[in-house]
Amino acid sequence: MSDDTNVVLDFERKIVEIEDRIKTVTALAKDSDVNIDKELNRLQLKLERQIKLSYANLTPWQRVQIARHPKRPQCLDYVKALIDDFVPLCGDRVFADDPTMVGGIGRYHGISVVVIGQEKGVDLETRVKYNFGMAKPEGYRKAQRLMDLADKFNMPIICFVDTDGAYPGIESEARGQAEAIASSIQKCLTVSVPLISVIIGMGGSGGAIAIATANRILMMENAIYSVISPEGCASILWRSADKAKDAAEALKLTAQDLKHLEVIDEIINEPIGGAHRDTVAAIEKVDEAVYRHLQELLPLSREELKKQRNQKILEMGRRLETESVEG
Amino acid sequence: MNWLSDFVRPKVKKTAQKEIADDLWLKCPNCGKLLFTKELKKTWYVCPECDYHLRLYMDKRLKMLFDNGVYSEVALKLIPDDPLKFKDSKKYTDRLRTYRKTTNRNDAIVVARGNVGGVKCVIAALDFAFMGGSMGMAVGEGVVKASEIAVKNKIPLITVASSGGARMQEGILSLMQMARTASAVNNVKENGLPFISIMADPTTGGVSASFAMLGDIHIAEKGCLIGFAGPRVIEQTIREKLPEGFQRAEYLREHGMVDVVVHRSEMKNTLATILQILTDKRATTFETKGEKNKKSA
Ligand SMILES: [Zn+2]
Repeated sequence: MSDDTNVVLDFERKIVEIEDRIKTVTALAKDSDVNIDKELNRLQLKLERQIKLSYANLTPWQRVQIARHPKRPQCLDYVKALIDDFVPLCGDRVFADDPTMVGGIGRYHGISVVVIGQEKGVDLETRVKYNFGMAKPEGYRKAQRLMDLADKFNMPIICFVDTDGAYPGIESEARGQAEAIASSIQKCLTVSVPLISVIIGMGGSGGAIAIATANRILMMENAIYSVISPEGCASILWRSADKAKDAAEALKLTAQDLKHLEVIDEIINEPIGGAHRDTVAAIEKVDEAVYRHLQELLPLSREELKKQRNQKILEMGRRLETESVEG
Repeated sequence: MNWLSDFVRPKVKKTAQKEIADDLWLKCPNCGKLLFTKELKKTWYVCPECDYHLRLYMDKRLKMLFDNGVYSEVALKLIPDDPLKFKDSKKYTDRLRTYRKTTNRNDAIVVARGNVGGVKCVIAALDFAFMGGSMGMAVGEGVVKASEIAVKNKIPLITVASSGGARMQEGILSLMQMARTASAVNNVKENGLPFISIMADPTTGGVSASFAMLGDIHIAEKGCLIGFAGPRVIEQTIREKLPEGFQRAEYLREHGMVDVVVHRSEMKNTLATILQILTDKRATTFETKGEKNKKSA
């Protein structure tokens, strides 16, 4: 895999051109007495305008690209920034520890919580370590174990969802990936503590919903959440992976679509130019939303929390109005 | 409520379900032998030559499972079609229309009530003939409805999976059916009622990774495909050939995911026995060893 720390998305090219120009001008000014303030000001304004313009009307496919951006803050970035005294916990007590499924206990604004989420890794080495964010059955069983822990000690659960999907391999099947995901969904539905899931990047199908069946489902502005990847959908229905753009449109996988379909509770706005341009600001916005929802859930009784979650899930899609087709 | 008065012969239009059985001969997909469909009907579509289990049509499946083939179909609430206005090479609404015509079903699920081994129960069965048994909102609603019937009437729930997974054309709403069905069957289990999951060919994707794998007891039909990812996806990911028997019912039993693997001819009896044991926990009289329980005969 090539070095992708400088990934430039197609529609960001103009932004990068201006950024490069600013760098050049600044560098030139260092070696001369020429006053460049005026020029820099002009370029800065131009840059802001261009970012706003480029990000004003993103297509679903562009959002897919942003959601996959390697510089986007990942699960461990959120954990580091938001959770004090974080103690990572390991293992499913059956077979192994799955590093992809990050999990542990810590304090969130002083409240004891359990945190669960998928980590994708930031470079080749860590990507291999985290299996590119694709968890195995032991990962989903570890998640269940940690949810049980939360339930026992009455601690809220916060999930950071970011996966292309559960890992499809021989060993995954041998150890029951389907059962692990099904049971993880079921565990989400049976615990009686506040459960908040944030789709921070890729909400990849079963691998995502396994830890996203929550009292509150929040989604970042440029995250996506889908039953299948656009490429996968395109190769099945269009018989060509090149049609991924069309599939991304058709699948209605953006946060805006999902809010409209009432699948998610809230869209968390990202800083202009996407979370990858300002990680700190992006994490702050997530913090604000999670904290607010947690405050709303904390007064609910354990019974109410479980009931609310199940009702919300069962009601999903029931109020949609669409035309009916004759048989 | 008089339970018996609820029973009616299934209302199936004679010409409706397009069947391989309409042809006099049928080629076994496994051994390639030409088989008399008349003969196949007697064996519930198991090849008499090689024992291969052909896919069973919905009506046949229900007839096979319910006592004397008698059951009543539960009317399902009509679900709005095509919530995403999905279109690939074809409009989703056109696909629906075609499948509705050929199967004479509204979607890929049938919910039916009746007796199995004398035990009142509700069965939600997926129909592979309808868009590969894929789970969208209508299928999810069917499982939810069947679960509600089970809880309300305090009767066991049985699901029969035969599905490739989620229905892509319903996007995220199809994914949500994994959570909806999990919640629904969990309610059955929390009410102390049996939930038996039968897996038929194939049980994969969003169906295997939700309600189908959450049964109190899992029964799989001999040789059927069960898994999370489809074999082709796995082969593409790992770039090697898959081992013999991989993801077959027997493999799943070996790996602890399935309780019983049965030949189709044994499916009904196995289900009946399990239901009787779980629901009638004390026979009225102690039987001396070896004496057969005649009650359900
Ligand atoms: Zn044969």
